[in-house]
Amino acid sequence: MSDSSLDVAHVCALAHFDLSPEEMARFQRELGPIVAYVNKLSELDLTGIEPTQYGQPVANVLREDVVEPSLDRETVLRNAPDASETEFRMPRIVE
Amino acid sequence: MKYLVNIGLETHVQLKTRTKMFCGCLLSTESEPNTNVCPVCLGLPGALPRANKEAVKFTVMSGLMLGCEIARHAEFARKNYFYPDMSKNYQISQSERPLCLGGSVEIHEGGVPSGAPKRVRINHIHLEEDAAKINHYARHSGVDYNRCGTPLMEIVGEPDLASPDEAMEYLQKLREILVYAGVSDCNLEDGNMRSDVNVSLRPEGSAKLGTKVEIKNMNTFKGIHAALEFEIARQTALLEAGGAVVQETRRWDGDLGETFSMRTKENAHDYRYFPEPDLLPVDLSEEQVEQWRKALPEAPEAKRARFQETLGLPAYDAGVLAAQKPLADFFEATLAAGAPAKLAANWIMGDLLRLLGAASLDVADLRTVTPASLAALLKLVDAKTVNGPTAKALLEEIFKKGGDPEAIVKERGLAQVADSGAIEALARQAIEANPKPAAEFRGGKAASLQFLVGQVMKLSKGKANPKLAAEALRKLLS
Ligand SMILES: [Zn+2]
Repeated sequence: MSDSSLDVAHVCALAHFDLSPEEMARFQRELGPIVAYVNKLSELDLTGIEPTQYGQPVANVLREDVVEPSLDRETVLRNAPDASETEFRMPRIVE
Repeated sequence: MKYLVNIGLETHVQLKTRTKMFCGCLLSTESEPNTNVCPVCLGLPGALPRANKEAVKFTVMSGLMLGCEIARHAEFARKNYFYPDMSKNYQISQSERPLCLGGSVEIHEGGVPSGAPKRVRINHIHLEEDAAKINHYARHSGVDYNRCGTPLMEIVGEPDLASPDEAMEYLQKLREILVYAGVSDCNLEDGNMRSDVNVSLRPEGSAKLGTKVEIKNMNTFKGIHAALEFEIARQTALLEAGGAVVQETRRWDGDLGETFSMRTKENAHDYRYFPEPDLLPVDLSEEQVEQWRKALPEAPEAKRARFQETLGLPAYDAGVLAAQKPLADFFEATLAAGAPAKLAANWIMGDLLRLLGAASLDVADLRTVTPASLAALLKLVDAKTVNGPTAKALLEEIFKKGGDPEAIVKERGLAQVADSGAIEALARQAIEANPKPAAEFRGGKAASLQFLVGQVMKLSKGKANPKLAAEALRKLLS
């Protein structure tokens, strides 16, 4: 399958990736064979076969509604590129 | 040409759990920003979500109340999008396998009580997580992740609503049911209940739905009504002028009272749903669903019918008392404490609601008057131990300070004087003191009796039974 099944520009737009035209071309070229390899699966006749989404036949791993400690705010904001005393700070978004 | 309207609502409801959907962080609107956050709801690499059982239960309970089919197998999915309100760059939601399927909300045609019953279909209900709150300042925006990860139930309605009034009734009924079920406060100011609204027009006679326009994230019923009215007028004018409606998302500006096209890539969303690999499926057993079904409160419609049929209340009374669960609970507790139904209904709907209204108090927060003390008071009224005005004054006093009506009556000797000997003595006194009205009554002036009854009441300090007083006076003056 050709690499045309992957639109790198569209994927970058969705992911807010800002790539140069050279980078776009490179990824288009490099990712093409990977997508083509995965697409080999569709050559098989899979009618009537449920997709395997989970590795193990386990279900219902649920949590009781009990409060657990949260992080303290200083720790939370420490890694942020920019923060006020109480919030993560970012360029103003116009609604 | 006449156009028919189709409105569909997708309503997001915050569930009333103690903790978030996928982590144990506390849910509270009162906390300082970014204090109820952890690696899971901050989307830190390697953090693993664990689904809240109570949120699953609340969603299933809502489904049962709305007549949905409960899925025996449900799965979570990732909805991918990039925006600062979602730290992981995806929202955990449900796509192919939601928890509840089908169901409906019963309203009246035209959204008016006199309209014929109408069933508004629900497509499905799924469970997901809410996003963070973004605050906007002069030079920057700030993100508070406290709300991020709040369990959110999305009720996806079919476009069965034919007018803004029907949409209003649908939302009110939905809210009534969910508050009843105890799964959400559905507090609109706090954004507990937000709807994405879609509306389309089609020519009369055509079965095919027209092109729909969506208005997102509306949190007041009034706003939804106004936005729908505007949008229907806009689309009608457009179609009548020979134009076509463009499928798009529009924004409602409440101040201007108009919708505006959102010229963003909003319409080009591609969420790339795929199964959430970090969460296992939810398989609900028959026993589990039955156990939750048994814990369901009676639906408001059923309660209304029962109040009418088994308690003999008029439709209006049943409607008022059943509309809010706290009021219905108070009423039923008052009956359980021994008050007669009609008397309890009258006093709760009349004096008690008036006192609550004047004090801007909700019945759920009422601590002074209890079902037990109201029942005790109404038993005194029913047994004619106290007369109407005394009972009214007593209720006002208990409303202010609390207390046991029986004890107050005994302590202050407020019991109605129903002893005919004592009343006759007072009547004689009244006649002696007022010879003129007495003579007038003898002479045929019936109105003078009322004056004399008033005098007996005065002499008894309000405690005489007015009916017995009139009888005694009649006897003495005949
Ligand atoms: Zn958390």
